[in-house]
Amino acid sequence: MSRIAKALTIAALAASLAACSSVSLDDKAGAGGADGSGILDPFNPQSILAKQRSVYFDFNSYTVSDQYRSLVETHGKYLVSTPAQRVVIEGNTDARGGSEYNLALGQRRAEAVRRMLTLQGVSDTQVETISLGKEKPKALGNTDADYAENRRADFNYKR
Amino acid sequence: MTFDQLDPMPTARKTSNNVAFGWLLACLIITLTLFGADAAQAQLRVDISGTGAQQYPVAIADFSGDAVGSQVAEIIRADLTRSGQFRLIATTGSALTADTAIAFDEWRTRGADFIAHGTVTRMPDGRFEIKYRLGDTVKRGPLDGFSVSGTEKELRRNAHQIADRIYEKITGIKGVFATRIAYVLKQGKTYELQIADADGQNPQVALRSREPIISPAWSPDGSRLAYVSFESGKPVVYVHHLTTSKRAPVANYKGNNSAPAWSPDGNTLAVVLTRDGLSQIYTLGANDGANLRRVTRSPLIDTEPVFAPDGRSIFFTSDRSGSPQIYQTGLEGGEPRRISFNGGYNISPRISPDGKTLLTVTRRDGTYRIASLNLTTGAESLLTEGRDDQSPSFAPNGMQVLYAAIQGGRSVLAGVSSDGRVRQTLSVLNGEIREPTWGPFSQ
Repeated sequence: MSRIAKALTIAALAASLAACSSVSLDDKAGAGGADGSGILDPFNPQSILAKQRSVYFDFNSYTVSDQYRSLVETHGKYLVSTPAQRVVIEGNTDARGGSEYNLALGQRRAEAVRRMLTLQGVSDTQVETISLGKEKPKALGNTDADYAENRRADFNYKR
Repeated sequence: MTFDQLDPMPTARKTSNNVAFGWLLACLIITLTLFGADAAQAQLRVDISGTGAQQYPVAIADFSGDAVGSQVAEIIRADLTRSGQFRLIATTGSALTADTAIAFDEWRTRGADFIAHGTVTRMPDGRFEIKYRLGDTVKRGPLDGFSVSGTEKELRRNAHQIADRIYEKITGIKGVFATRIAYVLKQGKTYELQIADADGQNPQVALRSREPIISPAWSPDGSRLAYVSFESGKPVVYVHHLTTSKRAPVANYKGNNSAPAWSPDGNTLAVVLTRDGLSQIYTLGANDGANLRRVTRSPLIDTEPVFAPDGRSIFFTSDRSGSPQIYQTGLEGGEPRRISFNGGYNISPRISPDGKTLLTVTRRDGTYRIASLNLTTGAESLLTEGRDDQSPSFAPNGMQVLYAAIQGGRSVLAGVSSDGRVRQTLSVLNGEIREPTWGPFSQ
């Protein structure tokens, strides 16, 4: 069950990445390509900071997996270099279980991302972590792929 | 909004969808014309199954004097039937007023231990006066008498009050038919916090929002609701005065603010905040949010506080053992005591008014069900079948449990007697009902 979920998570993830860009994360982080993906500006829709702002989690997992470390680090680098910029990290869960407990679980996901940023030197005053629990699902269905899409923490930059 | 009227026939039944829908349309018209209800926003259907361990045979005669008399009797019959504790004896052919001398032996022969009868009078100012009498056919004498008057709009409430008196006189337990419930109705992208009578009728919108509303909680006096609204983009706890519609945030700290619970004296709220990291339990003043105090200290999640009836301890959900379980802690700190041990997922604790029974949502074989835990003996019973039952709450007399269930892919309001024997569902035909919570006795 958990292995299937994992496989689906990766599949959903691959699909979402493919939809965003055909360039791999590591290339984009330092590349500064002609498509604008190298621009570190969360308010520029072409920037990697706008395109890649979701960290996906396995079922029952509240730690950032290896494949998302470079994504979080890219955001971390930007936040360290732009101390006035604030960001809200929004944790989400799939639809199973109670509203309040899921709200708490979504917070664990958001906090896992914040802890990585803190280790990079991002100031606590720049980051607010909140949870939307299971209340604001991106995928509305009840398939394993829908659940995987909703086990997520998003970077939401504030102007 | 309407109600699937129940036949005055012995015990409960299951209603097929088509029959119920036919009734629904018929009754909708009756409701609108006789009771001047607002345009129906949501339509309710009530289904009941199972029978109580003990059923009192009772006859409720149509009230005489005015055309609404039969509707008053019908509301009383429906109330008593939903409790599962009564068996209705047919009253066809009887023409009783409040002043009729009751032939007790005749009603006893018909099978009724109790007979209720009355008169409705339309007064010159348009108000209705209801006189009711309850007779005991075994003791051959009167058991209760009561008069109440109100506007046309108050007829339902007055009928519920009479049903409450009948219930209390016969069972010795205070009735809950005149109480109210709160729940969130989601229709499309709109969330409405609604207040309705305990039978789902007469819904009023307290708050309409494009963002989620969760965890409504009644103040002990029924005058206020605390709840979590996402209207500012994140969870914030509000207190809402129902009579004035005035509302204000009482907990709006960095991070999440959620899971409000009232102290029994109504002065303090327990809330869950993430201002110091993960979800932890705090208390603050219910009126002004002042005097913030942290109650729990754990490295993981502590959430869903509820006060014990004596106000001295709090039950809550924590995953400190690795899986979510229920714990109890004093308000002055000290080591929390683990309460739930069956299964790997127990959340949403609710304590009975007498403090002896704890409800939880428990996960068993992938389904979420309502469990009832006897705190004295440790015995557990599963009240519901699942598969996604959430948000349980006790009726203020402890005899019924209200919860949210998924049936046929829809979110519905469901009820079960505290002994698990009688079940009912109230389904909305054009929306999802979430986060129901039963209000206190009316003051």
